[in-house]
Amino acid sequence: MKMEKAILAAVTTEDDRVHGSAAVFKCDTKEEMEAVAANLEAILDGIAHALSDQLYIIVKH
Amino acid sequence: MNEYTYPIILGILVGTVLRVFMLRTDYRQYPTYLHGKIIHLSLGFIAAALGTIAIPSIMEKEFTAVTFLTLAASQFREVRNMERNTLTEMDSYELVPRGNTYIEGIAVAFESRNYLVIFTSFVVTLCYLALNIWVALAAAVVCFFLSGMLMSGSKLSDIVTVEEKPISFDGAGLYVDNIYIMNIGLPERQEEIMKYGMGFVLTPKEFSVRSTIANLGQRQAILHDVSVTLGVFRDSGTPALVPLIKRDLNDGRIGVFILPQEKDSKRAKEIIEHVPVLENAIQMPSRKGRRNHS
Repeated sequence: MKMEKAILAAVTTEDDRVHGSAAVFKCDTKEEMEAVAANLEAILDGIAHALSDQLYIIVKH
Repeated sequence: MNEYTYPIILGILVGTVLRVFMLRTDYRQYPTYLHGKIIHLSLGFIAAALGTIAIPSIMEKEFTAVTFLTLAASQFREVRNMERNTLTEMDSYELVPRGNTYIEGIAVAFESRNYLVIFTSFVVTLCYLALNIWVALAAAVVCFFLSGMLMSGSKLSDIVTVEEKPISFDGAGLYVDNIYIMNIGLPERQEEIMKYGMGFVLTPKEFSVRSTIANLGQRQAILHDVSVTLGVFRDSGTPALVPLIKRDLNDGRIGVFILPQEKDSKRAKEIIEHVPVLENAIQMPSRKGRRNHS
């Protein structure tokens, strides 16, 4: 199956921001969040989009 | 040897030479080396032979022989399928694919070139048999010019003006001039994009051009041509570094964002200007008004 336009993961520094079925990675600092998002981007073949300073999502296009 | 030998030889020769003349290997990478070329030259030879023998057949009152031409037509349609299949297969392995519209355009060109060869051989043999060899040679020269003219379609610089524009980030949003391209979250990706990325804006010269450059296949062809000639700063598994083209919905301009390995803005501009306008992307909405009034 070819997956198109799906949120693969969310990376956030705010505990209560994200809920749901996608994998959520909670980080302590912005730097940690960026590092986790960069790794996930490479691993999942997705693009890290910034929705706000506290929330990144990894999206498969 | 009979009275048809020399006209047939001349017809086949001119047709085959015409096919060689129309066989270009360029940045489109096809046909590549020996094998791809041999396929097309052999088919060109067959086309030339088919065009040539039509005339002696008619003169010998063998009218059924002309039906061979229909066989040729179905054969050459097969050539189109062959090109389409090969290129589609290859396309999935390109870092920046050609896109189906471009592939279809190339396939159509290969098919039509065989018909030009048939037509040329037909005319040359007819002139030789009906008049003399000098008229036949003159006809061959005219056919070469005609084929050269029919073969060259228009290029983007005929329908749009290309300008280099700065790329910038507004938060995570990447912009070329004021056209939004995409959201890039990671600061390190943003740095790479600012370092390697280039932006161009294509402004349509007239109204009916808007739909042509808005065509997704035409846009993909632009990205492919630039990426093939200047290289592309990406690898498989880096979807954030994909060159993209987005449209300004207000005025139909197109914002081109590319990531060449060789950051040469003058050359990139030239390449974009020389991208062929794809036959399948051309639309002529302004013709509608004209027809209603006339």
